[in-house]
Order: sequence, then C-alpha cells, then structure tokens
Amino acid sequence: MSQVSVKQNAKVELQPQGEKAEAKKEIVYSTEKVNLWYGKTHALHDIELDQREQEVTAIIGPSGCGKSTYIKTLNRMVEMNPDVKVTGKIYYRGQNIYDRRFPVEELRTRVGMVFQKPNPFPKSVFDNVAYGPKIHGIRDKKLLEQIVEESLKGAAIWDEVKDRLQENAFGLSGGQQQRLCIARCLAVEPDVILMDEPTSALDPKSTLKVEELVQELKAKYSIMIVTHNMQQAARISDRTAFFLNGEVVEFDKTDTIFSNPNDSRTEDYITGRFG
Amino acid sequence: MAQSTSVSALIKEKRQKSKRQKLENLVPAFLFAAASVSVLTTVGILLTLIVETAMFFSEVSFREFFTSTEMQPLNRNNPTFSILPLLSATLLSTVIAMFVAIPIGLTTAVYLSEYATESARRVLKPIVEVLAGIPTIVYGFFAFTFVTPVLREIIPILDRTNILSPGIVMGIMIIPMVASLSEDALSSVPNSMREGAMAFGATKFEATVRVVIPAAISGIIASFVLGISRAIGETMIVTIASGSNKNLTFDITQSMQTMTAYIVEVTSGDAGAGTTAYYSLYAVAITLFFFTLAMNMLAKYISKRFREAY
Repeated sequence: MSQVSVKQNAKVELQPQGEKAEAKKEIVYSTEKVNLWYGKTHALHDIELDQREQEVTAIIGPSGCGKSTYIKTLNRMVEMNPDVKVTGKIYYRGQNIYDRRFPVEELRTRVGMVFQKPNPFPKSVFDNVAYGPKIHGIRDKKLLEQIVEESLKGAAIWDEVKDRLQENAFGLSGGQQQRLCIARCLAVEPDVILMDEPTSALDPKSTLKVEELVQELKAKYSIMIVTHNMQQAARISDRTAFFLNGEVVEFDKTDTIFSNPNDSRTEDYITGRFG
Repeated sequence: MAQSTSVSALIKEKRQKSKRQKLENLVPAFLFAAASVSVLTTVGILLTLIVETAMFFSEVSFREFFTSTEMQPLNRNNPTFSILPLLSATLLSTVIAMFVAIPIGLTTAVYLSEYATESARRVLKPIVEVLAGIPTIVYGFFAFTFVTPVLREIIPILDRTNILSPGIVMGIMIIPMVASLSEDALSSVPNSMREGAMAFGATKFEATVRVVIPAAISGIIASFVLGISRAIGETMIVTIASGSNKNLTFDITQSMQTMTAYIVEVTSGDAGAGTTAYYSLYAVAITLFFFTLAMNMLAKYISKRFREAY
C-alpha cells in the first residue's frame, strides 16, 4: 500500500500545479475543421474545439446533433462504422491523429472511453479492470492486484466490490457497472477520458456518484463528456460546447454559456425551448 | 354505437355456438400426441437395445466384451467378442476429424463473424453451409477414390483402406457444423464488447481473442462437442473408406472398423438372427448410443454452465 501512495504522489508532482498552471493549461486536443460523413450523410461540419488539461469539457445538444459522433472521432472509434469519411485535423498533444501513420492503438491506451451503456466484459470484476494492463503486457500478479485496487478506489467503487472481485461483473448494478468501466479506464493510466453520455442509463443516485467522480478525476485527467442533461453540464464542466445539426454553435466557459450565451439558438436550447 | 354492440353480441353468439372452442380444446392433445412420437420412439429404441443387449451378455461376459482384444464374431470354431478394436477405430477417426474440423471451423467462424465484410459474408456463409448438405455417401466415395490415393502418394505405407483418410474427410464434413454454430455464438456477442476492448487500444485480433471468443466460449465448445458426437455416429464414410479389419491399434495407416461400420457389416452379412454375433450388434449399438448421449448432454451442460449473460 505504501508503495501505491508513493507512486501516486510521484505522478501528481509531475503535473503542473497551483495558480500559475491554472492560467495557461495546456491544450490536449485541438480539432481543426473536422468534417465527417456517414456514407452520404454529412454528420459533422467544420468542427473546431479545444480540450485543455485537467478540465472537463461538456458537449451538449439535441439528439442526432453529432455530439457522440464527434467524441468518437477523438479516439478514432468512429471508424468502427463502415463507410465513414473524416476530413480535417485533430491534434492530440501536437500530433495529428488522422495522420496515416499515427498508431491508433497507442492513442486509445492514452485516451480512455466510457460508453453510454455500461459494457463490462463477461468476466470477473478483477479481470475487467486487469484487462487493459494485461493486453499491454503486464503479467506480474502483485502489480496487477495493486493496479486493480488503485483503479477501483479511483473510481469510488472499491468499498462496494472489494469482497466480490472474483464475481462476474454482470452481477453488479448498472451504476456500479458504469463505475467499474471507469475503473477499467483508469487502470491503463490514461491521459484523457472520453465519456459518451455515461449517466443516461443510470438512476439519479448513481448519476450523482458518477458526477462526483468526474469532479475528482479532473485533478488528474482531462475529461470530455457528452451529455443530454444540461444541468449535468452546468454542474460538472469547465467549458461547454453546444452542438446543433453537426455544427458547433457555441463553445465557451460553462458559466458564460449558461448565464450569457452569445447565440440565440444556445439560449433557446438551454432554456428548454427545443431539444 | 348501436351497431357495434350488435356486432359484439353477434360475435359472442357465434363464439358460443361455433366449434372453435371445441377445436381449441383438442389442439393441446393433438400437439402432445405429436410430441410423444419422438419420446416414444426413443423409449422404444432404448428398450429394444436393452433387451437384446441382455441376451448378448447372457452368452458373452462383460469382461470379455470390454477387456479382451480380439473381435472375431463370425469365426465358426471360436468366435470372440471385444468392443475395444471398434472403440479404438471410432476414437481415432473422431480425433482425426476434430483435428481437421476444429481449427478450420473456428477460424472460418472468426473470419465470417469478425472480419468478413457484409457482402463477403453473404456469399461465403451459404457456400460453407452447402458442405453440410452433401450426402455422406458422397463423402465416403470421395475419401476412398480421391483422398486415399492422394495420401498414398505422400505416405506410401498407407493401406488401401485406412482410418486416416475417412477421418480427414469426416473432419471436412463437420467443418460447416462447427463454423456455423461458432459463428452464431460469436455474432451474438454484443458490439459494445468489441468497442469496449478496442477503446483500450486492443487491436481487432486482441479484442477477438481476449474478449469476443471468451464471451462466446460456451457456444463454441458446444459446437465442438456436437461435432464430436456427429463424428462418433458417422457411418457411411468409415464403412466405405476404412475397410473391415477389426484391428486394435493406434496406427492410422491401417484399416480399422468403427462401431458404426461393424453394425453395417454384421447387419448386411451372414449373422443369422438369434446368433451371438447378431446380438453383439445391440451391445455395440448401446455403447454407441451412450457415447453420443453423453456427448450431447455434455454439450448442453457446457452451454448452460458457461453461458455469459449480456
């Protein structure tokens, strides 16, 4: 255990700290003029967005506005759909991930993803979390146990599952499964976590837990979260992007978006006039 | 309003008067009778087997049948009965068949379910399934007249009838069964599993091997077991291509006789009803029956035991 905490401290020290860093947080992701087509359907139009380090960016908008599609372009999971075409550039830490030679598997280890519906593997709780480290070659049992414990604690689910590590993950409740999926993400020590409507299948109590977790995780990770719940965006994000019909209508600090939006369409949406 | 009441009254009246209700009552009985046919047949076959097998064991001891090594049922002076030569042939041919069917069937299934494009799958799957529709006599003929001669070019010591060639051909025959059932199991693994795996930087192959196949393992193993059961029961191919030497050996180049082929030989041969050789048929048949029954139950158990709920 002492080893674990030393390791965590070491990691925290590497991160920029204090107010100085606050002023100029590094940009993790920047999207330049991204267009996307599903077959002939033009789903994203000239998207420009930045994600900063240790911030939560919320993406809001009505169903079908392209917000999930956009977040899936960031780890190139969108390519799992047949017939997808993407143009433009997305820089992750300065490298264009749509460059032909960019190692997509490496990107996906640095960028974790939590899906709309919890999707644990049909394995034990332990194996679910150990899955990521295992495929990247970690075999040492002690180390794996340590990683699993650390990740489950990080996802605020350790106390609930510590006695059930060998049970099948499908036995957990929906909210627990989703936090398990977050723990699974943390186990590979990602840099960014993408969340695609992570609470839409959860009850209010579980939702609250996940929201609190996002707030905690922000200290170490950069998070982008798609949500259809505007209150959620207002509660947990630093910046908010409002998507409509595949375009970014407005992207600004969350306070500004919710108190003083620039565009009348944003105002209409957040005040519930449509969507 | 008035009209609709009268319509419903009319319907009510019709309902009471008509034969529909009577027919409705008869339906379950009819369906039950249909379902009973297969149950009764099974019971009937099993009873016949047991009775005739008892006759056999009144003449030949259990010990001789299951532990001696000579099978000479039609030897006039000193007939001997042992299931071991037949059992070894059945097991050998089954093992050879599964060595062919499992790797090819499973890789075919993985390709069809995980890698093939929609259009490739639409063309390939029916073609694979055509293999399942070929009569086994054609496979037997194919083993005897094509596969054996080709194999004898490579392995000169191979007998003209041998267990290797029908084993391989039986494997080919079972490929579609393994491929098709495994493919069903793989495709029923939800996409969210694949997404989850790949979102961690797993390659498609890693996701397939570490997540999709384990998630579908119950269906896959069940397909193997059903394949084994099919190989054990297969008759025509081995009868034609493996000859009738009742050889207790593990040398796959030699002619051997499986349990099924023995039954064919004796029923079509000279064993008169009531002779010990005739009753030996039933003893062999009941052994065969228990083997395939055990396999089918194993398949059921596996698919239940390892079922992953997603």
